Amino acid sequence: MTFKLLGAASCVAIIASSAAFADGHAKPEAEVLHYWTSGGEAKSVAVLQEEFAAGGGTWTDMPVAGGGGDAAGTALRARVLAGNAPTAAQIKGPAIQEWYEEGVLADISAVAEANNWSELLPEAIAGHMKCEDTWCAAPVNVHRVDWIWANAEVLSANGIEMPTTWDEFNAAADKLQAAGVIPLAHGGQAWQDATVFEAVALGILGADGFRKAFVDLDMDTIKSDEMVAVFDQMRKMRGYVDSNFSGRDWNLATAMVMNGEAAFQIMGDWAKGEFMAAGKVPGEDFLCLSTPGEGFLYNVDSFAMFEVEGDDKQAGQALLAELVVGASFQEVFNLNKGSIPVRTDVALDNFDSCATLSSDDMAASNEGGSLLPSYAHGMALRGAQAGAITDTVTAHFNSDMSSADAVAMLADAIANSM
Amino acid sequence: MTKWLEEHMPKLVLAPSFIIVLIFVYGFIGWTAWVSLTRSRLLPKYEIDGFIQYDRLFSSPRWETAFSNLFVFGFLFIVIAMILGLTLAILLDQNIRTEGAIRTIYLYPMALSMIVTGTAWKWILNPGLGLEATVRGWGFENFTFNWLVDPDMAIYTVVIAAIWQSSGFVMALFLAGLRSVDQEIIRAAQIDGIPTWRVYTAIIIPAMAPIFLSAFIVLSHLAIKSFDLVIALTGGGPGYATDLPATYMYTMAFSRGDIGQAASSAMIMMMVVFAIVVPYLYSELRVKDD
Repeated sequence: MTFKLLGAASCVAIIASSAAFADGHAKPEAEVLHYWTSGGEAKSVAVLQEEFAAGGGTWTDMPVAGGGGDAAGTALRARVLAGNAPTAAQIKGPAIQEWYEEGVLADISAVAEANNWSELLPEAIAGHMKCEDTWCAAPVNVHRVDWIWANAEVLSANGIEMPTTWDEFNAAADKLQAAGVIPLAHGGQAWQDATVFEAVALGILGADGFRKAFVDLDMDTIKSDEMVAVFDQMRKMRGYVDSNFSGRDWNLATAMVMNGEAAFQIMGDWAKGEFMAAGKVPGEDFLCLSTPGEGFLYNVDSFAMFEVEGDDKQAGQALLAELVVGASFQEVFNLNKGSIPVRTDVALDNFDSCATLSSDDMAASNEGGSLLPSYAHGMALRGAQAGAITDTVTAHFNSDMSSADAVAMLADAIANSM
Repeated sequence: MTKWLEEHMPKLVLAPSFIIVLIFVYGFIGWTAWVSLTRSRLLPKYEIDGFIQYDRLFSSPRWETAFSNLFVFGFLFIVIAMILGLTLAILLDQNIRTEGAIRTIYLYPMALSMIVTGTAWKWILNPGLGLEATVRGWGFENFTFNWLVDPDMAIYTVVIAAIWQSSGFVMALFLAGLRSVDQEIIRAAQIDGIPTWRVYTAIIIPAMAPIFLSAFIVLSHLAIKSFDLVIALTGGGPGYATDLPATYMYTMAFSRGDIGQAASSAMIMMMVVFAIVVPYLYSELRVKDD
């Protein structure tokens, strides 16, 4: 009885403290525009909604499906142009700053400072959440992009270890090809080509080279011989893909690895969700390792807060920001989503071995300065520049263009996108 | 008062739709033209900055592909759909018994949306699932039909699917045209002992010139605005080999936050439409003046 009472009392205390945050009496209210609509994602959002309601808030859900966020972006643009911005919207990477420059984002520094975000978040990731000196977005999760997934049985049957250099990868792929296995499962969609490309680029250019090329757009690095080598490796990768790859969805490629048709796939850690859903065990049925080379390419989902009128909505923003970065939500959400918490202090006891590896690598690369934004997933560059690079990558991958021509085309495309 | 009403009634009744068209068609064309001269990115901006977006557009290799695809696709689609439609119409015109049923069968693809057509043909043409796999399954191990995944040939798969969708409709247009040709002339020709093929080439087809023009206009606007078929069939791929101006514009406006670039490509598309429609309008209006 006493325990129950205590429990109830502490619940009330939590609610009271959250509400107190929200400036006195205003009842927190939030309209949240997001594109988490598929099974696992929708479940993850439901967690946030419950926590928001438990904090005394009213949540208005505005999910917009389709186009990997394109449709949500269009809806958001229409809302902002009509002067009726949502309280918060799922936006990531440099798009946050792009929206800030339009003068429509709100300042949530009070919440960030009260909750000590600058200590909790890796510095590189915190940088994305800041607009000039203020905090304007709250990070939700960290997806690692530079993963290589493998079918354990196929590898052991062919006497192959997980490759740690691209030369090893090529040797393994040649061996698999000779044995009649498709070395690399891949879907011929532009963003998938770009995902493989950036993993290769990170391995060959190194962390500094990657930053110069795809964050700073340094033309010397872009036109360098190393970049030619990156395209050479891409040409090799093209040879390791089956002939029917065009237009294939990424999860079908994952299925090819699962059923042993193919050996490897280079894809972000959302691929893990597919393995898990099929009841496969990491380390036994399938293997995960970072792609050859030093570094960690992250894809961080976040909520940007928009300038809104009214205490209730501003209270909603504060509550939402506090909850999103809160330890309990970070754990539950990321378990559902297959990503890892963005906070460095969340215990990973319930997470699988791939997630633990991801988290360890994130901490290590944060120390070593090789924690880098993924260009292919819109974290490193704005849409026009990232799109220009992807156009070149996919044009090279789907033709017999020479590496030198590809590098020249890449430089032109980037210059033309400015 | 009644007299005034009588005089002005047509104008009053037409005014609302006139105003709506003025704003929502020509007003927005003007808006797009304006934005195409600015450096608009994520949201539209209104400071004019010259023809920078058109410079960017014409130095983009992706636009080059999209624009030349429009002509490859448009030309083949219009010509083949017209030839096929005319042939089907002439064959159906031979007083065959089950004409009604056959006509419905040929017209039926028109009842499907381009998305359905695109998805169905994606499976049919997929080398691992469709035609190629089936024929190989019959024992012809060397049979290859991989146009869908070949960047140089993929645009022709779009042509195939579009023709399949539209030639039945063109057939219906031509069939109506064939029936409207004066039967007396045809009978007279037959009495004179002129062979049937000569009747068609010398009398019926020349008499159908207006139908050709209508079919051409309908097909060419279908070709220029083609979007959903490409999205469903190839997704613009492999790479961007099957991009068309409409898909280019969509990508720029909605995926890349590059509204200025999208607006300039939209203006070029409109100019292509004008290049076709203006001569048509001119010829139509001139005929009425005679």
